[in-house]
Amino acid sequence: MRSYETAVSRAHGRGSTKNGFSHWWRQRITSVLLVPLLAWLAGGLALQAGADLESARAWVAFPLNATLLIVALAVLFYHAALGVQVVIEDYVHLEGLKVASLMLLYLVCFALVVAGSLAVVRIALGG
Amino acid sequence: MAEFRLPANSRIREGLTYDASTGDGPTRRFRIYRYDPDGGANPRMDTYIIDAANAGQMVLDALLKLKDEVDPTLTFRRSCREGVCGSCAMNINGVNTLACTQPLEEISGDVKVYPLPHLEVIKDLVPDLNHFYAQYAAIEPWIQTRTPTPPDRERLQSKEERAELDGLYECILCACCSTACPSYWWNGDRYLGPAALLQAYRWIADSRDEATGERLDALDDAYRLHRCHTILNCTATCPKGLNPGLAIAKIKRMIAEREL
Repeated sequence: MRSYETAVSRAHGRGSTKNGFSHWWRQRITSVLLVPLLAWLAGGLALQAGADLESARAWVAFPLNATLLIVALAVLFYHAALGVQVVIEDYVHLEGLKVASLMLLYLVCFALVVAGSLAVVRIALGG
Repeated sequence: MAEFRLPANSRIREGLTYDASTGDGPTRRFRIYRYDPDGGANPRMDTYIIDAANAGQMVLDALLKLKDEVDPTLTFRRSCREGVCGSCAMNINGVNTLACTQPLEEISGDVKVYPLPHLEVIKDLVPDLNHFYAQYAAIEPWIQTRTPTPPDRERLQSKEERAELDGLYECILCACCSTACPSYWWNGDRYLGPAALLQAYRWIADSRDEATGERLDALDDAYRLHRCHTILNCTATCPKGLNPGLAIAKIKRMIAEREL
């Protein structure tokens, strides 16, 4: 289709959404939170090196550890979803495919948080 | 989708060779992108060989020599020949820069010249900058005030306030930075790009301007501003030594500060 739309009209597009800050800020908050959370997780797992199954279960079942594990899972997968969302927005330019990819992304990340949390809860409650 | 390969009619073929050297002394080889929209043929790389002693100091000198004496159809923009107009911005040996301030002696081997990346090519080394200029216009690059103009004098600014504009006002809008930015390549329709954002910050940072809030409103968008992923090709390539990446970071910071 031949278009007589001006360059200025194209540059203005549909205007500013005025909410670019929120996604950008959440990405940074979650990345800062992941520093202590992943350091704690790595340290905790390192201390279980060579331990038997019962010792590992007891570590996960300890209330503070179970809580922090679920928090770490939630922050990790939320951060992953926010980051991959940017990659999809950068490279997928077919509107339908982009929206479908974003929905699938958030569904997968949410499911992973639920599955991981469920596993921690089962161990913590001795299921 | 993002385009990782050129469309079939944009792929570059081997072109003609013009040997204008005299055989006396060393020569310089130039490999130059050519595209003629009237011919219907694919773009091609032409090779020009001239005596190094006659090539001149800067890449632009050599291009003018080639156009004057070897191939008058070679097309490129140029004007001031001293790095203040921004017309001769092009991709020279993989880096966007001004042909007029790029010394030939800094380039070893062939001198490879392409138009600025990821823009539509009008002819040879002349890209279409309409959208780039429209984006500059979109950030409203003029002073906006509510206070009436003082009747008897200019709007005052302290030396410190004026110093805030250093590193911003020097931009010549050559488009080297924006066309070096992968985010601008993939989403240049919606992302304003480093050049327009540096200029947006130039007005945000101006103590005499009274529309800072509206300016930040217009930029607070996932695509317009936040498509910058701090790749910093802009700062690396700027032929004027400016830092668009820092200006963009300052805009993001000002938006964060008013939210928190």
